[in-house]
Amino acid sequence: MTEDRTVEDLLRTLAPQVLGLLVRRHGQFDRCEDAVQEALLAAATQWPGQGVPDNPRAWLLTVATRRLTDEWRSESARRDREVAVALREPAYVGVAPPADAEPAVADADDTLTLLFLCCHPALTGSAQVALTLRAVGGLSTAQIARAHLVPEATMSQRIRRAKQRIEAAGARFTMPEPAERDERLRSVLRVLYLIFNEGYTASSGPDLHRAELTGEAIRLARILRGLLPDDGEVAGLLALMLLTDAHRAARLGPDGELVPLAEQDRTRWDAAAIAEGIALITEALTWSPPGPYQLQAAIAAVHAEASTAAETDWRQIVALYRLLARIAPNPMITLNQSVAVAMVDGPRAGLALLTPLIADERTAGHHRLAAVRAHLLELAGDAEAAREAYLAAARGTTSLPEQRYLELKAGRLATQR
Amino acid sequence: MLLIWNRPGFTEELTEQDRTALFGEVDEIMKELTETGELVDGQALANPSQTLTVRQIDGSTEIVDGPFMESKEQFAGYLTVECDSPQRAAEIAARWPDVRYGGAMEVRPVMEQAGTEM
Repeated sequence: MTEDRTVEDLLRTLAPQVLGLLVRRHGQFDRCEDAVQEALLAAATQWPGQGVPDNPRAWLLTVATRRLTDEWRSESARRDREVAVALREPAYVGVAPPADAEPAVADADDTLTLLFLCCHPALTGSAQVALTLRAVGGLSTAQIARAHLVPEATMSQRIRRAKQRIEAAGARFTMPEPAERDERLRSVLRVLYLIFNEGYTASSGPDLHRAELTGEAIRLARILRGLLPDDGEVAGLLALMLLTDAHRAARLGPDGELVPLAEQDRTRWDAAAIAEGIALITEALTWSPPGPYQLQAAIAAVHAEASTAAETDWRQIVALYRLLARIAPNPMITLNQSVAVAMVDGPRAGLALLTPLIADERTAGHHRLAAVRAHLLELAGDAEAAREAYLAAARGTTSLPEQRYLELKAGRLATQR
Repeated sequence: MLLIWNRPGFTEELTEQDRTALFGEVDEIMKELTETGELVDGQALANPSQTLTVRQIDGSTEIVDGPFMESKEQFAGYLTVECDSPQRAAEIAARWPDVRYGGAMEVRPVMEQAGTEM
């Protein structure tokens, strides 16, 4: 078991390095990716029994290259001319350092380039997520499909199409230009956060496979942080994930019901993850201009530092939200901000902040708005309006645990009358 | 989930050409959704005359022939798709040929086991 775990970790670390090298040498991202997946599969079946080879990276590279050339050779019988094109070394290979010269630097750059490629703007969000998990995360299509609760055939087509789109968009295996780099990095961060949330919102009961996604997102964020140690937002995202994931054991009750932050048993929070997250965000804020992920991590850190919900430094949280709303205005941020404002200035002040959202068609019918309004109306003592808002929120959600929670809150207000 | 509602047997009234075109369109959409990886699942249902409805009448459970709803349109089948937005799901539904022949597509989100921290 431990042995298998080590092999799997090793394979997932090597996967992006081997893929990067292959694509840099031969181009043809989709074929190289298939070849690497086959090599990973071969290793996963052989290594646990026969032992890990002395140079596992070279082993994988050899097997994957053999698969590629086999494919080209069998094709050459049919289509000689196309093979000549396929085997032609892309012009940029000559510019890149030889694979063995500076392996550490080349591997690092390759992993980053891969991440940027998988988060290509020509792809939809769900395709970016799937491709990142496979090409950079080294997860198999079956694992990704299980985590997303869709059939393997569905996921396999989604990944195939994503690879074809990247080829069609003419994406080269090079770093984007500096002007585009920053924008691409924002996409990478967004995709990692999507992966994290897909795992985190479902990290319960029968959906253990989805819980693995949080671990994978954190692992990838750590790799990214190793590659870009000078980016404050990368540090911020990693800190935010760690501080959020620290709640995992406390966020669900015995029957799988959601336990809100204020009612969670804080002794069950993961102290090591919190310590790491707080250290990370505290340090990042000293040298980097604060971005949205850093500010959200800072808010999570303030929550984590309080030993009870009542002792939370709400004033500091309000100040952080004010900053966040200024640099990254977003209705969801206003929602959370209103709760913090209510804690400092009273529920009516929080409700006032929500007024523009009720008129905004993007948010008017959103169940989260109704849920927050319900909470603030309850604090304000308006039980009837609160009950109606809870029921409206319960009708609006597509989450069963949320629906149960909201109906429970509405039911309790009804019995109080 | 895309729920397909149509008038049972409406295809019997079409010309052979129209009928072939309709099934071709359905195949085309299914193929496209498979290729994009958006199709999760889908089934067509048998004619409503094959339906049994179970309900309680005066405290006892009765099993009766026929569908639950006595409307002209009947629930005929469904597709489960996973797309990036509800708008995209509606776009797929709008292309379903039954709509042109007086049918309707109902687009409903599926409840999930997951939830956000509140």
